[in-house]
Amino acid sequence: MQIEMKNALPIVARLTRHGRACPGHQRASPNGVGARDKRGHDGRYAISMTISAFLCAILSFTPAHAYKAYVSNEKGNSVTVIDTDKLEAIATVKVGRRPRGIALNKDGSELYICAGDDDAIQALDTKTLKITGKLPSGPDPELLALSPDGSIIYVSNENDNLVTLIDVKKKEMIGDIPVGVEPEGMAVSPDGKLLVNTSETTNMAHLIDTQSKEIVANILVDGRPRFAEFKQDGSELWVSSEVGGTVAVIDPVKRELKQKISFDIPAMSKEAIQPIGISFTRDGKRAFVALGPANRVAVIDAETKKIEKYFLVGQRVWHLAFTPDEKYLLTANGVSNDVSVIDVASLKVLKSIPVGAFPWGVVVAPQ
Amino acid sequence: MKSLVAAFCLLLVAAPVAAETVNVKVGVLREAHSRETLSILDIPAADDTLAGALMGAADNNTTGKFTNQTFETIDAKLDEGDNVVAALDSLIEKGALFIIADLSPERLLAASERAKSKGALLFNVSATDDRLREEDCRANVIHVAPTRSMLADGLAQYLVWKQWRRWLMIKGSHPKDELLAQAFRNSARKFGAKVVEERVYEDTGGGRRSDSGSVQTQRQMPLLTQNAPAYDALIAADESEVFGGYLPYRTWDPRPVAGSAGLMPTNWDPAHEQWGALQLQNRFIQTFRRLMNARDNAAWLAMRMIGEAATRTASNDAEKLRLYMLGKDFSIAAFKGVRLTLRPWNQQLRQPILLSDGRIVVSVSPQEGFLHQVSELDTLGVDQPETKCRLK
Repeated sequence: MQIEMKNALPIVARLTRHGRACPGHQRASPNGVGARDKRGHDGRYAISMTISAFLCAILSFTPAHAYKAYVSNEKGNSVTVIDTDKLEAIATVKVGRRPRGIALNKDGSELYICAGDDDAIQALDTKTLKITGKLPSGPDPELLALSPDGSIIYVSNENDNLVTLIDVKKKEMIGDIPVGVEPEGMAVSPDGKLLVNTSETTNMAHLIDTQSKEIVANILVDGRPRFAEFKQDGSELWVSSEVGGTVAVIDPVKRELKQKISFDIPAMSKEAIQPIGISFTRDGKRAFVALGPANRVAVIDAETKKIEKYFLVGQRVWHLAFTPDEKYLLTANGVSNDVSVIDVASLKVLKSIPVGAFPWGVVVAPQ
Repeated sequence: MKSLVAAFCLLLVAAPVAAETVNVKVGVLREAHSRETLSILDIPAADDTLAGALMGAADNNTTGKFTNQTFETIDAKLDEGDNVVAALDSLIEKGALFIIADLSPERLLAASERAKSKGALLFNVSATDDRLREEDCRANVIHVAPTRSMLADGLAQYLVWKQWRRWLMIKGSHPKDELLAQAFRNSARKFGAKVVEERVYEDTGGGRRSDSGSVQTQRQMPLLTQNAPAYDALIAADESEVFGGYLPYRTWDPRPVAGSAGLMPTNWDPAHEQWGALQLQNRFIQTFRRLMNARDNAAWLAMRMIGEAATRTASNDAEKLRLYMLGKDFSIAAFKGVRLTLRPWNQQLRQPILLSDGRIVVSVSPQEGFLHQVSELDTLGVDQPETKCRLK
């Protein structure tokens, strides 16, 4: 069933030039070409190798943009695989307990899954969809980020107030950094020099020098910071505060808070607006922010910080991911157990795809 | 008497930071709660309330490493005859100007009176009496525990949403049972339910949890509930824990029980897991080898409020922290799905109310559709226009 992607592999390598935080997303170069898989999946992966090889022969002639999205289902203890061309779930893989943060490795061949209740990070082979091993993570890993070269995984260990460093090749823990209470959000700057961790109860963004492995700044943000994301050019770091209801814009060079973005939805109580996932378009002009129980995603002009639009998605929208061609934005909706597919050009919700129980993180990779 | 001081280490910081270490001492002034509970699961542990404060201090100390602040917990447990004022004096002498108070209303007011001259700030984590936020409100008391009216309103909203509007109420014979019954009557009026009949269960001092208890109660409870007018839900007002827990499955008519038994409104339940609460529950269980009850949670939250205000103001001055907590910049995350703030007119913490059956959190109020011009959380309890509080 797996498609030999001779022509796709280098693209994968290119577009995942730097590692992303778990619920973030892999990006394709604008003219990236993937292999299209029109009817390859029967949902159970039962097609014989012969048919598979035959399909590949046909499909390799079809230039298109079909990608695979992976969604972690926190209470389903599974990962749902979505075909972004067909816009449907094509497989559900049983994984460790309480999977939340997920991230792809550099070439997209492995998906790392934070299995919080198993105190481990599992590696899923994205071709065979089998768990191939696990990395030592320290207790209760929640979110992870990869170094730009893919050699180090940084993990937030929620129960121990630590950020753990893991050598991917050696599968060894190579250090930890004490941070605030309930560390969660993780992001690495595009140049790999700065790691940021947010601590949900301490209410800080901890900026960590990846060379010295020391905290260089602690920036107070509003209540329960959940997620951090760098702009692609490294000029800004955005941190969402779920309970505070704001997004903090941080200057990573000056290491200070620039401004806070608040949200205001008519006829909705302020308390229900709880920003979580953040995704920037590659050109850095627009940001999409998931607003949790407000069941909406905000579209923000990332330069003026003005909110352009709110649109309705599923219930308790959690994390977001673009397809590499930025045609679609996928949202994991924790309460309605589905993924909303947003057409980025028209800013319309095209479809809801049912997934497992309590979808949490979402990442997209080329097939 | 226990004290807990966490070590601190100096790190590079960019947050508001005091030049030198700021030490915040917090006293836990607590009285013993009755061990005569209907269920042995509710018998309070030796570190009841204190454990929550200790965990809050541990959280604050982790943050304090980055802000150069340390938090110390000083325990003061009162026995029945002990003088609350003397215990408070002793805490203040040790430098504790923040007091987490798990006290009866009488003792709380006495402590507040004494604290006034010493500049100490109290955090009420257990007394649900509305009068402490109304006619007997005090400027040096912040209420973390919800009121009876908030609890009753939280339950009432759900019952009304369920269309269970006709209530048969059975109340205990002690004064605090009547206070709870009054809260349910008010809630019924406020949300359009009706108490179709009220009955009293006299506490005759019989043995609770005795060998023959199940036989007796199995015969008593149907008698207590028979010949009632048509009703949808049986409301138990039994804060004294005399009979409420015996009502479910024993009523004459097959009806759900709510209030002091069955579906119970509370500020915290060990089964609550939403909004990251599982995290807090796990940490508590790992540290204290038991479940976190409502008092533990309120004490944790009080400590976190002190920590949050101390972090943001880089101060340990009680009045400065109080004013910050009352201001518009203050809010606290408490695993309840929304940010919590203080009602400035009586210093009561706004909070959602959990409805638990003892195993599962059935629902969380405010219920959808109950609207308010300021905060939906203000649909719970006595609101500003009705308040009798004049802070002094």
